[in-house]
Amino acid sequence: MAAIYSLYIINKSGGLIFYKDYGLQGRMDTNDTLRLASLWHSMHAISQQLSPVSGCTGIELLEADTFDLHCFQSLTGTKFFVVSEPGTQHMDNLLKHIYELYTDYVLKNPFYEMEMPIRCELFDINLAQAIQKDRVAYLGR
Amino acid sequence: MIGAGKMKQYSNVLDKPLSKGRQEVSFSGFAYLFSELVQYNQTQVDNIGELERRLEDAGYAVGVRVLELLCHREKGNRRETRLLGILSFVHSTVWKVLFGKVADSLEKGTEHEDEYMISEKELLVNRFISVPKDMGSFNCGAFVAGIVRGVLDNAGFPAVVTAHFVPVDGQQRPRTTILIKFAEEVLRREARLG
Repeated sequence: MAAIYSLYIINKSGGLIFYKDYGLQGRMDTNDTLRLASLWHSMHAISQQLSPVSGCTGIELLEADTFDLHCFQSLTGTKFFVVSEPGTQHMDNLLKHIYELYTDYVLKNPFYEMEMPIRCELFDINLAQAIQKDRVAYLGR
Repeated sequence: MIGAGKMKQYSNVLDKPLSKGRQEVSFSGFAYLFSELVQYNQTQVDNIGELERRLEDAGYAVGVRVLELLCHREKGNRRETRLLGILSFVHSTVWKVLFGKVADSLEKGTEHEDEYMISEKELLVNRFISVPKDMGSFNCGAFVAGIVRGVLDNAGFPAVVTAHFVPVDGQQRPRTTILIKFAEEVLRREARLG
């Protein structure tokens, strides 16, 4: 059964604005998550420079033994990345869907300050629904 | 094309018939504009009550114009004189034109004679808005309450209109109720008319 372990959203300067844990390990320490986010931000930027081909937009997929990391960067530099079980399919679509939810329930919220941590109830509710739907789809397969 | 008529050229712009206008606008466009309206007003006020009042005033201006426009377009310049008439006008016609659907329900208050309530599962203006916990019971539906107040006031039914969140069992998000409290004179006139 494919599973998502965690979801991160980082702003264009590399600061963590949203972190949600779905795994069984329990929530990671806040400082660790911030460090991880800025680490990924830097790696993503360096990869763009290292690439032998021009026009590289950064790392999209990182495959390791025990997890896969799928990353989606919007045109504005906001990065959405999800840590999932190795071999999980359709993470790109999920990330794009989450990006849509972000544009709807975070950016159209007058009480949200740009680049600040996301504390929007509607975003949480709809995100939970999206992840739930994804999981159910996998169970059915 | 055979038979295509030539559009009548009007020499005077005042003779041109009024266009129906575009029936739809971008929801996202409106959401961003409304978000900016709320943010702008937030910078101008010190407390939440003020913010609600400002949103209501903004809605009032809309209500005044909507009443004029709809009386001309939808009702052939007929004027509502009865309470139930104007309430169903707001509940159906105004809601249909502004939000694309009729309001969910119209109820008479049980506790007071002068109270009526229009309820919606979720106001269109609130669709993307999550109010932070520290703002208490603030509701951006104050804008819609202002629109209703504008319509009622200028139709000759002065009232105090407010927007409230009403928690519903079994649902995560509360329902929104627009509470309309009519002035004394309206009730007296209504009683006289029988």
